[in-house]
Amino acid sequence: MSSTESSTKSQPEASRSERVALVTGGSRGIGLACARRLQRDGYRVAVTWRTERPSPLEGPDGTTPLLAVNCDVTDPADLGRAFDEIEAALGPVEVLVCSAGITDDTLLLRMSDERWSRVIDTNLTAVFRACKRASAKMVRGRFGRIVLVSSVTAMLGSAGQTNYAASKAGLIGFARSLARELAGRNITCNVVAPGLVTTDMIAALSPERLGTLTAAIPLGRAAAPEEVAAAVAFLASDEAAYVTGAVLPVDGGLGMGH
Amino acid sequence: MDNEAAFDKFKSCAVEVLQVPAEKITLEAKFSDDLEADSLEVVELVMALEEAFDITVEESELDGVLTIGQAFDLVTSKL
Repeated sequence: MSSTESSTKSQPEASRSERVALVTGGSRGIGLACARRLQRDGYRVAVTWRTERPSPLEGPDGTTPLLAVNCDVTDPADLGRAFDEIEAALGPVEVLVCSAGITDDTLLLRMSDERWSRVIDTNLTAVFRACKRASAKMVRGRFGRIVLVSSVTAMLGSAGQTNYAASKAGLIGFARSLARELAGRNITCNVVAPGLVTTDMIAALSPERLGTLTAAIPLGRAAAPEEVAAAVAFLASDEAAYVTGAVLPVDGGLGMGH
Repeated sequence: MDNEAAFDKFKSCAVEVLQVPAEKITLEAKFSDDLEADSLEVVELVMALEEAFDITVEESELDGVLTIGQAFDLVTSKL
C-alpha cells in the first residue's frame, strides 16, 4: 500500500480541513510534527523557522506544501512581516499553534537576567504577540483555534528550569484569559502540556538523567512528537468547538492530569 | 472629507462591526445601552475605524468615550 493510500484510509473525509494554520517553531520537534499532521489533515500550513528550514515542504499527494517563513518570533517587526507574508499567500490564519520555544537551564543562583529574559521572551512574550496579531483577523472572521504548547514542567516544576517553567506556566494563565476574551467570537484557546518528548531538546540530556525521567513516567517511555501533534490536531479541529481554556496533558501520566 | 461624508463612513464601519441597523447609529447612541456592544466589539470598531480612516487611536484616548458622538469626534480630530 502506498503512503497516500494509507493516509487516505486513516483520515476519514470528515476530519479534513482546508483552513489556514500557522505553526511557530515548525521546523523541528513538536512544531514540525504538528505542521506535518495538519498538512496531512488537509490544512494549508505555514511554519516559522529560525535555525533550520523544514525539508521537504511537500506532504502526501493531495496536500498543500508547507509555507516556510524565516522568522525570529522575538522580533516584533519580523513577526509582523511573517504574518503579512502568510496572509498574502494563504489568507488569514485561522489556526495558530505556538510551538516555538527554547530552554536555557541553570540553577536560580546562577541564573542571569539575560538567560531569564531570553526564555521568557521566546516562550511567553512572543506568544502574546503572535496571538494578538492572529486574533485580530480571527475576531473579524468569527472563527479561530489557538493552541499553545506548554509543558508538564509548568505544573510539576523542574530544578534548573525556573525560567522555562515560569514561561510555560505563564502560557496557561494567558490562554485561559484569552479564551474568556474571545469565546464570544467562536475562537477557542487551549494548551497542550507535553511531558518527555523525543526531540532535540531532550537529546542533550545524559542517559542517566533520561533514565531517571523515564522511570517517573507511568507509561515508561518518552512520547514521539507525533503523539503530541495528535492532541494539537484535535484542539485545532472544528470538532473541538466546545473545548476552550483546557490544558491537555500529553505526558504518559507523569502529571496524572495535574 | 466633509463632516457628513466622514459620518457616513463611520456609520458603515459601525453597522458592519456592531451588526446593528444604520438608523441606530446616532450621535447620542451609547455603545453599551443603546447598541449592546461589548468591550470586544468596541475594540473591533476602533480597529475598523483606524483602518478605514488611516488613523491611530491610543488606548488612553478611549477613556470616557461612551457614545457614537464622542467616538466620531475622536476620529474627526485626527483627520
